[in-house]
Amino acid sequence: MFKACWSVIERELLSASRRKSDILNPIWFFLIVITLFPLSIGPKANTLTSIAPGVIWVAALLSCLLSLERLFKDDYVDGSLEQLMLTPYPLTLLVAAKVLAHWLLTCLPIILFSPLMAVFFSLDWPTFWAIALTLLLGTPTICLLGAIGVALTVGLRKGGILLSLIMLPLSIPVLIISTLAIDAASMSQPNIAYLAMLGAILVAAITLAPMAIAVSLRISMS
Amino acid sequence: MEFNSIADFLDMGGYAFYVWLSFGVSFFALIALLASSLRTQKKIKQTVQARAARDERVKAASQLENTL
Amino acid sequence: MWKFLHPYAKAQRSYELAGTLLPWFAVLAVVSFVLGTAWGLAFAPADYQQGDSFRIIYIHVPSAIMSMGVYTSMAIAALIGLVWQIRLSDMAVAAMAPVGAVFTFIALFTGAAWGKPMWGAWWVWDARLTSELILLFLYLGVIALYNAFSDKALAGKAAGILTLVGWINVPIIHFSVEWWNTLHQGATITKFAKPSIAGPMLWPLLIMLLAFTCYFAAVMLIRFRNEILIRESHRPWVKQLLLKSA
Repeated sequence: MFKACWSVIERELLSASRRKSDILNPIWFFLIVITLFPLSIGPKANTLTSIAPGVIWVAALLSCLLSLERLFKDDYVDGSLEQLMLTPYPLTLLVAAKVLAHWLLTCLPIILFSPLMAVFFSLDWPTFWAIALTLLLGTPTICLLGAIGVALTVGLRKGGILLSLIMLPLSIPVLIISTLAIDAASMSQPNIAYLAMLGAILVAAITLAPMAIAVSLRISMS
Repeated sequence: MEFNSIADFLDMGGYAFYVWLSFGVSFFALIALLASSLRTQKKIKQTVQARAARDERVKAASQLENTL
Repeated sequence: MWKFLHPYAKAQRSYELAGTLLPWFAVLAVVSFVLGTAWGLAFAPADYQQGDSFRIIYIHVPSAIMSMGVYTSMAIAALIGLVWQIRLSDMAVAAMAPVGAVFTFIALFTGAAWGKPMWGAWWVWDARLTSELILLFLYLGVIALYNAFSDKALAGKAAGILTLVGWINVPIIHFSVEWWNTLHQGATITKFAKPSIAGPMLWPLLIMLLAFTCYFAAVMLIRFRNEILIRESHRPWVKQLLLKSA
């Protein structure tokens, strides 16, 4: 069973390595959005530091959701999604593996790029750590939640805007708690409670979301 | 009655604009939703009736053709 | 035990039952709206702090209560539809969503119109206002998803799942927003002393709550009947029914 999951992940990574733009586009989008904010708000270091958590998180959220749209689309078009549903393995696990692969491909690079943010927004060390940690704990939840929306809209021709419309409200808690954690860290207060909350939400999402994704996929494919 | 005159009532203790705006917009929204629901119902009924009537005509025509 | 309910899983029985109940709710809604509005606007005593502006409460509070109540009913209906695969339940979800969205809009609008004279601003990022705004987004998402499908049976199921996912999220959203609010600005401007509401003020409020509930029931039944008619329009009973009424 885990072999099946592993092969799903392997396949995703392989097909992504053949199309480099799939990995690069979300990161590029993220960097451009991040760059736009200082350009539109002004180069004052104080202002930038105070808005940095929100800007970074909103940019990460958007690039995550935009790339999520393709999570099931190609497989749906070429029919391999149907094949995936016909395998004897539980669909819940397989979609979880697929979301994990997606996270590795799009969100992990964003987290790896976050030191650059510290430079751009002249952030201090604890703040940067908090950003990296919240991204690490928060983006998987976003991917899982977003995958439900993708699974619901995969059969529709124009799913893109609809996906953000139905999924952004659901990602608000992660956004709020993450920015609170970063704020606390930047004021050198303990933020372990927020990180624990993010972790709890992540665990709940890992438990419940794959089931919802599987059910939604079955509905979309029927 | 809490108010001494109609003018008093309309003035709402100086808050006329906010109170009447709230009640006006709310009732407008409620009535608009009701109206749109009823209009949808009418439209559905018309469509189904038109289609049923057409089916009847087709049936009658084919019968006529058979008898001829 | 629940066998007596089974006939109502058939569309025709539900359609007829909805038709029987509809006039009662409609009449009750009109009567209680007239009574509650007149009592609330003209006969209830003015608030000692807020004067006559508090009369907005007679729309604001019932619509806010109902906006949350309707979402919960939607979640229950969606759960029933998902677990027991009852199509009518999905239709009920679709029928309720627009009513809930309108209630949420009314709660937000009247909140703004009440906030302007009381707090001096049309909008403050108060926890309750923000939660209500997000609730409106959730409603709009369900409606948009439902409308995006051309196959309404699929649409109902998809909207049901989204409703359930949203419903699980609602408490998390609420608490995180409350947390966010208390930490960001301190609850100084927004929390006005809540007067324990007294009898002469309370009665119209309860009547208005009844009015909103009956309005919800009536409009939901109309929309529910619409959904049944759309999806069953090829069935003989629908044709018979409509040809008879023509």
